[in-house]
Amino acid sequence: MNVGIVIVSHSPKVAEGTADMVRQMVGDEVPLAWCGGNPDGGLGTSVGDIIEAIERAWSDAGVAILVDLGGAETNSEMAVEMIGEPRSKKIVVCNAPIVEGAVMAATEASGGASLREVVATAHELAPA
Amino acid sequence: MTGSSPVDLKRLAAACAATIAAHADELTALDQAIGDGDHGYNMKRGFEALSADAEALAARPLPDALKAAGTKLVMTVGGASGPLFGTMLMALGKELPADADRAAFAAAFGKAVDAVAARGKSEKGQKTMLDVLYPVRDALAAGRSGTEIAAVADESADATAPLRAIRGRASFLGERSVGHVDPGSRSVALLVRAVAENFGA
Repeated sequence: MNVGIVIVSHSPKVAEGTADMVRQMVGDEVPLAWCGGNPDGGLGTSVGDIIEAIERAWSDAGVAILVDLGGAETNSEMAVEMIGEPRSKKIVVCNAPIVEGAVMAATEASGGASLREVVATAHELAPA
Repeated sequence: MTGSSPVDLKRLAAACAATIAAHADELTALDQAIGDGDHGYNMKRGFEALSADAEALAARPLPDALKAAGTKLVMTVGGASGPLFGTMLMALGKELPADADRAAFAAAFGKAVDAVAARGKSEKGQKTMLDVLYPVRDALAAGRSGTEIAAVADESADATAPLRAIRGRASFLGERSVGHVDPGSRSVALLVRAVAENFGA
């Protein structure tokens, strides 16, 4: 089973658009889910929505999360913690640009790479 | 301690929600200066949700009530402030013994502040809510009165203005973050004052 990818943006349009790019470039071999927007539907992120997205993209091989700005990272880390062990050990919030990171991570995942390899591929895109 | 807690949680939650609502525009203005301008509205949404649940929360033992209150903030605030303020309450609930005296509360508060620092991967002096939480922790441990602690919180929030932001959205601004009070610090000061003025009595 391939590693799953979750895309978390402050904007639902950015998250959905990024997911569209992943689907077109990588195909359907990778479990993929996205979420964006705060609990009121404005710009922001929602821990509840992130938990649901992780559930939708869940894979026993693990899940890599791509985020945009600060709050998306903090809320994603909170979501992972709330999901709790043992599954939380198989979920990583990546330090990478959201669009490039999602496409590259999904490409790596589609070839059956491990969670560690998928995350390393995304991290190569992070500014030094 | 069994059943409901001796602390009037319903009153505290209402006081916290009221002060955040009354200052929501000010918090948002502070956040527009150095962040993304949603702090006031995010906090208002979270504390209104918390206040709406206060009756049910107040029926539970204090540590459980604090943990549930923290989870409520995490799920409803919608910005980075949700996990940060939520972690503060969740950790406080986790660390607090059921029969806490002042010393036990001060110790638990200190651990909760450390949990916030870990969640935000931040430390004192980086123009964040920690710049108010640490002085409040020290004032609490030193046995200062509620009035004194609220004053320490206000002064500490004001003292974030000359700092340069290193964490969070404001860090993108670099030197341009200097001269503005940190909105998260202002929120903490408002909440500390609300709690200090409505505790016990």
